[in-house]
Amino acid sequence: MEVMPLPKAGGRPEDDPRTMQTTTMPGGDARPNPSAMPSPAAAPAAPQGIPLAEEAAAPVKIALRNVFKVFGDRPEAAIALARQGRTKEEILAETGCTIGVHDASFDIHAGEIFVIMGLSGSGKSTLLRLINRLIEPSAGAIEIDGQDVTKLSAQDLIALRRRDMAMVFQSFALLPNRTVLDNAAFGLEVAGVKEAERHARAMAALKGVGLAPYAQSRPDALSGGMKQRVGLARALASEPSVLLMDEAFSALDPLIRAEMQDELLRLQSEHSRTIVFVSHDLDEAMRIGDRIAIMQHGHVVQVGTPDEIVTKPANDYVRSFFRNVDVAQVFRARDIARETQVTLIERRGMAVPAALERLRRHDRDTAIVVGRDKRYHGMVSADSLAQAARSGAADPYARAFLADVEPLHADDLLSEVMGRVAQSPHPLPVVDGAQRYLGSISKSTLLMSLDRSTD
Amino acid sequence: MQDLDLPIGEAADAAVNFVLDHFTPTLDGIAAAIALVTDSLRDVLVGLPAPVIIAAIALLALWRVGWKFSVFAVAALALIMGMNLWPRMMETLSLVLAATGFAMLVGIPLGIAMARSNAVQGVARPVLDLMQTMPAFVYLIPAAMFFGLGAVPGTIATVIFAMPPVVRLTNLGLRQVHSEFIEAGLAFGCTPTQLLLKVQIPNALPSIMAGINQTIMLSLSMVVIASMIGAGGLGNTVLTGIQRLDVGTGFEGGLAVVVLAVLLDRITQSFGNARPSLFGGLRAALGSRKAAESEDEAVQGHPGRA
Repeated sequence: MEVMPLPKAGGRPEDDPRTMQTTTMPGGDARPNPSAMPSPAAAPAAPQGIPLAEEAAAPVKIALRNVFKVFGDRPEAAIALARQGRTKEEILAETGCTIGVHDASFDIHAGEIFVIMGLSGSGKSTLLRLINRLIEPSAGAIEIDGQDVTKLSAQDLIALRRRDMAMVFQSFALLPNRTVLDNAAFGLEVAGVKEAERHARAMAALKGVGLAPYAQSRPDALSGGMKQRVGLARALASEPSVLLMDEAFSALDPLIRAEMQDELLRLQSEHSRTIVFVSHDLDEAMRIGDRIAIMQHGHVVQVGTPDEIVTKPANDYVRSFFRNVDVAQVFRARDIARETQVTLIERRGMAVPAALERLRRHDRDTAIVVGRDKRYHGMVSADSLAQAARSGAADPYARAFLADVEPLHADDLLSEVMGRVAQSPHPLPVVDGAQRYLGSISKSTLLMSLDRSTD
Repeated sequence: MQDLDLPIGEAADAAVNFVLDHFTPTLDGIAAAIALVTDSLRDVLVGLPAPVIIAAIALLALWRVGWKFSVFAVAALALIMGMNLWPRMMETLSLVLAATGFAMLVGIPLGIAMARSNAVQGVARPVLDLMQTMPAFVYLIPAAMFFGLGAVPGTIATVIFAMPPVVRLTNLGLRQVHSEFIEAGLAFGCTPTQLLLKVQIPNALPSIMAGINQTIMLSLSMVVIASMIGAGGLGNTVLTGIQRLDVGTGFEGGLAVVVLAVLLDRITQSFGNARPSLFGGLRAALGSRKAAESEDEAVQGHPGRA
């Protein structure tokens, strides 16, 4: 009946609506058997066969074309072997070289948050550093606004870094000998901006992250979250079009991390930048990423929206980010359904304004309508409810039922409902054999239970 | 078995003679430049009235270290005056300062070059080892041959003996700057020079200051030894004590050296730490804790959620 507290602190209970708008499912409908889970035997995609989300409205901002990074003295030999499909171990044995990034090709669109995800050692941080050439690529082209950065002279590269790119680091990398303000002004300072102007712009950036009162403090007087806000302000002060973030929130504790993710999304909504975000955390990637690239042993194994990654993982490795596919085969909908949604009891004389007020107070868009016997009647949204009330119907709840909501059955396996939960804009209700409402499953509930089950 | 006697000593002789034969004008130029610095430093320090210098040192001690040390400094310097060793101590101080200055002038750039290039480091390291382990007296011979007797060869021998720490610790400090700082510098568009001046050197400063401190301490010990080739200063007092087997004189000279060493060590060490404020030192001296409290306040609180 009442709203239960969320099982785990993690920011908003509902999935970020942004992931819904930006969800394009390339070829999703064209697949022969869209409802089936991809077979575990699906081989890792061949280097050229990486699924790319090609049709997005935004223009391409950063394009990687067959990018390799080899650590060692004989990169050409190693790349030649890698192209023949030899494994990392064979290449290491034969040439003494390590493949850091293997034939990465994908596009990053202007204004999107693009998350590069993978386990440590998968090459994700290396890939990020190839973009601003903190690490020199061994082969391939990296185009930013159509310009190949791998061919830039040292001078042009410095100009590009000052003008178009900024970076945020895992351990903040604030210079301890400078004040917060001078740290924030660092990029402008090296670019030769006069002191008065750079301080004004750095101050504006600090205001943007809520740290203006700390401008004259030293970084070591700040907490981790505040330090990373300074890191963010430093990156934003020069108003770059590309923001590179290397595990930027990984060193922060979970609450602060969620706060910083919200902060990033808010900043992004105010001023859209192209953000390349490296993370090893699925929750984080799902939460902030418009699209996600998953890396394994230096290969980019899948690029897609969060929903695509969840519903159509390219291989077992990608699936393993949900910790364990078996859980989805074992748990049933009733196991993870939670009464986190507002429920409205249908009875004579119920007042729509009171219902709307409860939705507003609990910060929910939708509510479940049940009878006195707890039988599921339907799901309403604040909008549909308000509309039905305006029409003056005698039974406003029934009129307001959302048409496209089909309740999940309590005995459905998670693997069977995963796709529907992922694609639904709302948490889905779960009912038992007697049509009684048991609770709802949201995307975050689903992911958390998949994630937690192996802890 | 025949005794082997490799002519290494002869080779060293030949090298020194070669330099003497061909580079005397150059040597004279170097000597003149060094003499200018050491002489003018000495003239200033010896020329200034002792109370002025004592007051300056007391203030410096108060600012950098604390009021207790400042009191100690005044008492110790008064003791030196009482032993009638003040002018000699100023001579020694001027030699130390000049030698340290030259050592930094050469040593810090050399340290930077070593940090930037493994090749330079590979060459410089054994040379530094040699400079540091060679018995200090050995430097006196060529120094005296090239530059005669007096303060100039004393300074040069001191520079050679005392330079390795500042070179090593500059190199080490720069190499130990966290790679994320370097990456941050590069990612925001630093040129190599900007990276050095704005990121590497500020972060290596504690290490570099420790090197300078070590160099000063080595200079002081070498300056005393250099009195054997007429460098002057407190070393002369000690030397006189040795030559006459006069324990009292030797002890007085030694005590003065110790006082100078303690003052130089504590004050220069403090420059490697965070910089305290002069007013903080003054307030602490007056027994007020206000300064510390107001600094704490600045740290409290949490920024509002934006």
